[in-house]
Amino acid sequence: MNDFNEIAMLLLIVVPLAGSLSMMFMPGGQTKETWYFAIFIAAISLCLSLVVFGNYDYNVGGFQYVASYEWLPGPLDISLSLGLDGISAPMVLLNGLVLFGGVLVSQTVHYRAREFFVLLFALAAGVYGVFVAQDLFFLFFFYELAVLPMYLLIGVWGSSTDFGTFLRTKEYGAMKLLIFLVAGSILVWIGILALYAESSDLGAATFSLEGLGQLAESGKIDEDFQKWVFPLFMVGFGALAGLWPFHTWSPDGHVAAPTAVSMLHAGVLMKLGAYGIIRVGIFLLPEGADAWMPVLISLGTINVLYGAMSAMSQNDLKYIIGYSSVSHMGYVVMGIATLDNIGMAGAVLQMFAHGLMTALMFLLVGSIYHKTHTRDINVLNGLASRMPINTFFFAIAGLASLGLPGLSGFIAEFMVFTGTFRTYMPLGILAVIGAALTAIYILRLLARTFMGEADERWADLTDSSRVELSVGAALVGIMIFVGVWPEPLLRVINVGVQTIPGV
Amino acid sequence: MSPLSDNLDLLTPEFAMAGLAFLVFALDLFLPEGRKNLLAFVSMAGLAVLIVLSLVMLWDEDKSLYDGLLAVDSFSLFFKVFFMGLGIAIILTSMDFVENRLKHQGEFYGLLLFSILGMNVMAQSRELLTAYIALELLSFSLYVMVSYTKNSDKTNESALKYILVGAVSSAILLYGVSMVYSTLGVTKFDEIAEGLAIVSDVSPALWVGVGLILVGMMFKVSAVPFHMWAPDVYEGAPYPVTAYLAIGSKAAAFALILRLASEGFVPATERWEQWQVVFAVLAAATMLLGNLVALGQKNLKRLLAYSSVGHVGFILAGVTALSANSDLASNGVMFYLVGYSVTNLVVFAALISFFNMTGREMMSDLGGLADHQPFLAACLGMGLFSLAGLPIFVGFTMKFYLFTAVADQGYLWLAGLAIFSSLIGLYYYLNVIRYIYIEPALTGENGEDLLEEYPALTKRPSFTLITVLGTGSAAMIWLGVYPKPLIDAIESASRAIVF
Repeated sequence: MNDFNEIAMLLLIVVPLAGSLSMMFMPGGQTKETWYFAIFIAAISLCLSLVVFGNYDYNVGGFQYVASYEWLPGPLDISLSLGLDGISAPMVLLNGLVLFGGVLVSQTVHYRAREFFVLLFALAAGVYGVFVAQDLFFLFFFYELAVLPMYLLIGVWGSSTDFGTFLRTKEYGAMKLLIFLVAGSILVWIGILALYAESSDLGAATFSLEGLGQLAESGKIDEDFQKWVFPLFMVGFGALAGLWPFHTWSPDGHVAAPTAVSMLHAGVLMKLGAYGIIRVGIFLLPEGADAWMPVLISLGTINVLYGAMSAMSQNDLKYIIGYSSVSHMGYVVMGIATLDNIGMAGAVLQMFAHGLMTALMFLLVGSIYHKTHTRDINVLNGLASRMPINTFFFAIAGLASLGLPGLSGFIAEFMVFTGTFRTYMPLGILAVIGAALTAIYILRLLARTFMGEADERWADLTDSSRVELSVGAALVGIMIFVGVWPEPLLRVINVGVQTIPGV
Repeated sequence: MSPLSDNLDLLTPEFAMAGLAFLVFALDLFLPEGRKNLLAFVSMAGLAVLIVLSLVMLWDEDKSLYDGLLAVDSFSLFFKVFFMGLGIAIILTSMDFVENRLKHQGEFYGLLLFSILGMNVMAQSRELLTAYIALELLSFSLYVMVSYTKNSDKTNESALKYILVGAVSSAILLYGVSMVYSTLGVTKFDEIAEGLAIVSDVSPALWVGVGLILVGMMFKVSAVPFHMWAPDVYEGAPYPVTAYLAIGSKAAAFALILRLASEGFVPATERWEQWQVVFAVLAAATMLLGNLVALGQKNLKRLLAYSSVGHVGFILAGVTALSANSDLASNGVMFYLVGYSVTNLVVFAALISFFNMTGREMMSDLGGLADHQPFLAACLGMGLFSLAGLPIFVGFTMKFYLFTAVADQGYLWLAGLAIFSSLIGLYYYLNVIRYIYIEPALTGENGEDLLEEYPALTKRPSFTLITVLGTGSAAMIWLGVYPKPLIDAIESASRAIVF
């Protein structure tokens, strides 16, 4: 049984990567066939994600299905080590879900569909890789692999924003996103090299997370060293998580990206950043983390408030959701920074909940944009009468976003608040205010876009396609399920959170 | 002392290579116009045979020839095979270009073979004057090749610049050699190391001598501040020669630097620590300046010239990290040289192919390439991503390896600077990719459709170029994902010079 799971872990990376490479050799121009093949690959990935999540034994905890494949022996000693713990298991599941949904709604991609899916699956393979890799080289390898395709995905298939006085081309969004993320990964890379050099000085040169973790646990890694290296990871990974003030790529990038890419990017990719802070920063540099947490939680609080206030003043649907992502990722950052078992579990759950919610929102907005060719909430109005089901799903996503009990967001945010109140009381109050601000911009968005009398020009508008609505229904279903009965997720997350040093 | 000609048979591949070059020259006289393409195949077949011959003859060999002037060891075997393989790839890449745009095809291939011979001897030499002669054999062949399109003003300018700069740098190198000889009385690498280690109070003349040798070598690899010639020469030279300059001549110069540094300087630990600072500063200046200036380039050849200056900076960072107790840095440098050559070969092959179709070489000319040449565009795009250092291509893996080696030797700041320079590089590589994939097809100056002007753009690239592009791209991914076989070979090559 264990062998089976180990192979499934390897396949998690290999299947999308092989799918990506094999699609390169498919004949171009056959949009439909390419889409079917992509669905096939995504379905396998989803099944594998469900298998490894479902088989994770939360009674045992720790890293499971640990396997190591020798890659480069010798002085560098790099192996492709894989393993899953309570933090990465929900993330793998999330990636499987969002990828499958994203591929399904990419039915509307007709221009060079083959190249689109080649890049999309390369991205997906990178995301899976980061979540399961237990070696710094491969973690970073997959991290870069997840970032690399974004430029072309946005630049070629994205859309520009033109509000007359406010022009943002897709090339701009793509370049900004990539430069920010790669600038972040520079810091990560330097941090990784510093860790390797330090371990080499200690006579145990290694890239393996396990080996470095043991060094950290035995307290051999110098405290001053930890204190100057931790911010590299905090800012580097933080940039991808949308940490203020390195978040500005996120709204621009999300707005310019095509639907499936926005879904994957806001839904899963930003979580890589938060995951990296936990897995690399806190696990390997516990003392450094301890020293920097007040800074991190302050930045997280600014994220929550600043993101929410920016979202309030936007007129572009996607910008609103983009800034709401910045705001919600703030809760994740705050939860991590509490180093409290409830707050941390809340952060991980929030990653999962926000991933689903934001994917659903981008899916619905993408559908609206595809039909109306505008995302301006001053122009859109009364869509409820034309697209009732879309409106219904959007309302649920919006309510989840503002933390309505019974939906996935509530429990996660509640846990983050609890954790924050136990550690940094004043910031907890600010975070609750942030949640109230969320209500303002979500309700404003819903009122402007969906309520009121429909404009003449939307007379012929029909509801979103069946595929989009099915994916939406599935996402809504999972959100309600997690909201009502979070236990299956939380028991796994709790096991994972317990192993974090300092929690 | 053994007789000089004791084991001369170990040089069979070199003699055969010279014979092959003369054979190509001679065949050229008898072949009618229009059949000259045969020469390319003769050269390639000859090189392939020589690769096999070298591998069979010299496998696991570790000998010194001519009382230690030449080394026949795993290090030289590695580079020999590498250079000859590169030669085959360059010939494949340049065949169409040479056939359609150059006169005197026979001499082109003959000179190419001679330059490879020079490169092979460079990798084998462990004595300053022998190295100098090999270097000159390479340089003289290149002087002629650079000036091959003699009717173009640009080419004449660049050829003249190349010869002048080349002559001056050779003179500087030679002067350095003479000063080292005048102070230490030796020219062999290992004896220089002994000399440097023993002399407690190094005379200024020795410092100047070693410094001048260094300056001469830095000219050859175009490190800052001795890089000024590179962009002009790259721009003016015929495209395949530009590719050859960027790939072959640099790799050969670094093979020589690797052996000189590891056998001649590194063993004298105290002195080497002083020279490490010099190398570190050179590396830092080279990588920063090369990448920064590349930002403003519009011409593809100049862009690649500055990008290659940037990469030289990375390799120099690896040379800085050479040490007597770890082979990580020399492995890293060799891995980088191979990965960089493969990647650059793909990029140049794609650009040469594009040039064959249109005769254009500006960045903006690539607009819409993905629409009418998807295969070319994909290979070029992958090559540029690899140069920028992104996975799954070799560019990422080789950078990670090299920078780890640099950080491991305590030069974390240099590794950090290198990583930062890579980000700058990413920006301009992405700009080229933007033209290929995002910008619409270019129209001519008067708004005419380029496709009508260049009907070749809708045809498939030639078979030889597809071969190079396909195998090159596959190699890029293969080395990026599973470099172990190559690293194994490199480690055994390293062992010959490091420990």
